[in-house]
Amino acid sequence: MGQETRMRTGARAVMEVLEAEGVELVFGYPGGAVLPLYHELAQTSIRHVLVRHEQNAVHAASGYARTSGRTGVCFATSGPGATNLVTGIATAYMDSVPVVIFTGQVPTSMVGSDAFQETDITGITLPITKHNYLVKDVDELPRIVKEAFYIAGTGRPGPVLIDIPKDVALAPCQTPIPEKVELRGYKPTYQGHPGQLRALARLLKEARRPLLFAGGGVIASGAEGYLRELAEKIQAPVATSLTGLGAFPEDHPLSLGMVGLHGKPCANHAVMECDLLVGLGVRFDDRVTGAVEKFAPQAKIAHVDIDPAEIGKNVRVDLPLVGDIGCVLKELLPLVEPARHPVWLERIKTLRNNYPLTYGPGGEVRPQWVIERLGEMTRGRAIIATDVGQHQMWAALFYGYTEPRTFISSCGLGTMGYGLPAAIGAALACPDKQVWLITGDGSFQMAMAEIGTAVEQGLPLKILLFNNESLAMVRQLQHFYYDKRYTAVKFTGNPDFVRLVECYGAKGLRITKQEEVVPVLAQAMQEECLVLIDCRISEEEMVYPMVLNGAALNEMLLPE
Amino acid sequence: MKRTLSVLVENRPGVLTRVAGLFSRRGYNIDSLAVGRTENPSISRMTIVVDGDEQIIEQVCKQLNKLIDVIKLSDITDDPHVGRELMLIKVNAEPAVRGEIMQIVDIFRARIVDIARNSLIIEATGDADKIDALENALRPFGIREVVRTGKIAMLRGAKTKGMEASGDGTGD
Ligand SMILES: Cc1ncc(C[n+]2csc(CCOP(=O)(O)OP(=O)(O)O)c2C)c(N)n1
Repeated sequence: MGQETRMRTGARAVMEVLEAEGVELVFGYPGGAVLPLYHELAQTSIRHVLVRHEQNAVHAASGYARTSGRTGVCFATSGPGATNLVTGIATAYMDSVPVVIFTGQVPTSMVGSDAFQETDITGITLPITKHNYLVKDVDELPRIVKEAFYIAGTGRPGPVLIDIPKDVALAPCQTPIPEKVELRGYKPTYQGHPGQLRALARLLKEARRPLLFAGGGVIASGAEGYLRELAEKIQAPVATSLTGLGAFPEDHPLSLGMVGLHGKPCANHAVMECDLLVGLGVRFDDRVTGAVEKFAPQAKIAHVDIDPAEIGKNVRVDLPLVGDIGCVLKELLPLVEPARHPVWLERIKTLRNNYPLTYGPGGEVRPQWVIERLGEMTRGRAIIATDVGQHQMWAALFYGYTEPRTFISSCGLGTMGYGLPAAIGAALACPDKQVWLITGDGSFQMAMAEIGTAVEQGLPLKILLFNNESLAMVRQLQHFYYDKRYTAVKFTGNPDFVRLVECYGAKGLRITKQEEVVPVLAQAMQEECLVLIDCRISEEEMVYPMVLNGAALNEMLLPE
Repeated sequence: MKRTLSVLVENRPGVLTRVAGLFSRRGYNIDSLAVGRTENPSISRMTIVVDGDEQIIEQVCKQLNKLIDVIKLSDITDDPHVGRELMLIKVNAEPAVRGEIMQIVDIFRARIVDIARNSLIIEATGDADKIDALENALRPFGIREVVRTGKIAMLRGAKTKGMEASGDGTGD
């Protein structure tokens, strides 16, 4: 206060909207073109976290959003600052994560002139944002920022980018923040169509082998309670997608776990044998379906999604239902009659017994075993962030998620380097939760500079780094598809990761033998600082089950 | 299968790029795309002719509807509508053949809009069939240049595909 005479610039108007939206935290990296925003940010109570690379600002905002259920925010400058965001934005887009991204831009008069640090970031991000804006008129800024939050966080969530030329940010802005958002071209459908709801209830009644298949949409809409109610009411088993991990507790008797090319055997068999598959907030990614023409051959498919464009995109659908999963399930529940499926559940039990999730023989320290122990020690309650590779699939298969918003990973784009910044976002969003990063030596090295950020922020992250000195998931592909000719997958120049994090003032531990696993995990949990565990494993480990290209989900390779 | 989509969009810079970009990114075939302002200056109408099977058309419509700037989309292929495109065509026209060309122009109810020493510019409007037929008829003289607008379309009768028909952006 006392500053009331200070001119209200566009940048200040932006801060007013951020405050009105309840934004408490932004991630970013400054530069000349975005300085007007930073100048005003400093006058607010909003906390800024300075990352070490812009890509990680988006990832951190995404980790924050996924664990908190709120919209993440990040800032970057024009040109290289903006282009560094691209992978982060695409990652958030593929997993439908709400993020609002502000970029600085060269002054309006220079836009289009190839000015110093100019890029057409709205052009570049057109296909990877839910929507984006280049602000040309300062009086539109309050409306645009408010709209951006509305668009990012409603309907099917996603990233929205606002590119603000420097002169626009500095120009005086008289326009108030609008009361309401009015977008005549954007009206997401939340409520399910009553006729379709009845039709779904009928399908569920007729089904003898129903299977519920839950995805990220369940978590995004906070529908896990309704899902559980439905599953128990009709005694239907529940499988999830990778983004859906945590939507249904894996210690529940009806839980089957993840479906897909590396899905759990029982879940994959159930998909192939069910007579009704109800997709809830899933998009039937090709890593879920395997050969799509062989997918769920005996089943009618019902598909509930808030995005009409997802329905019928990848698989044939017998019953489409557009709406928010939470709204739909709430309306559906009174319409469905309680049911029992003893024969089907007996069959599931047999499948579970005949095809347990195993990992065969292997090296000294088995990563799958380590993750099982971690799951037990945290009772499936810690937030697990992962990178991309074998470790990601082990983390998906062996941990045992019991709560939503506890598994965060780049599921759709498969972005290495996602895990550490996302874990930072998660730790800032959920200070009362334990946050573990499960990573590989390849992925970790794509973002390890963010150890600096984590230490600076005092975050007690626990990092379980499976060090096989290789890009083992790619090695696995070469094993199966390229005659075991292992090309460009071996690292010989890895640093000593223990000493590396110690340089940052964090703690490093190491696991080289099985008997060290539990004590070292326990020690890491005790420590109040950031801890990295360099866990040495064999590069010859494989992720099983594995469905080879062109095969159906029940034609899995399993460990011998 | 060709479908004619009538799409109301916000009259803002960048909207055309969004629509065109969506087609290229998702690998759909645009036959033609014509765009111009409507009776409401804040709204433009795009008439898009796209080629594809039922599944593709459905996806095109759904993906277009997802764009924030798309206000309303209607597939008017099966509704009675007037469809027109405009063509400007420059043909070789030595004085000796001009009479013959003028006859053709008459038959198609087109117009000559420019005369040079040995070429003519002809303006024609009509549905795609008529325009194609005129172009074919003129081909023997030697076509120098053709410019076509792509199809624009309007429903017959009092019905409109304007905002009032339905405000939501999901109608498909
Ligand atoms: C940015 C990026 N580049 C390349 C890839 C391809 N890729 C997928 S998994 C993988 C190997 C990951 O190695 P690491 O992080 O060490 O995990 P591991 O498989 O060894 O557990 C690679 C290179 C990717 N997913 N992302």
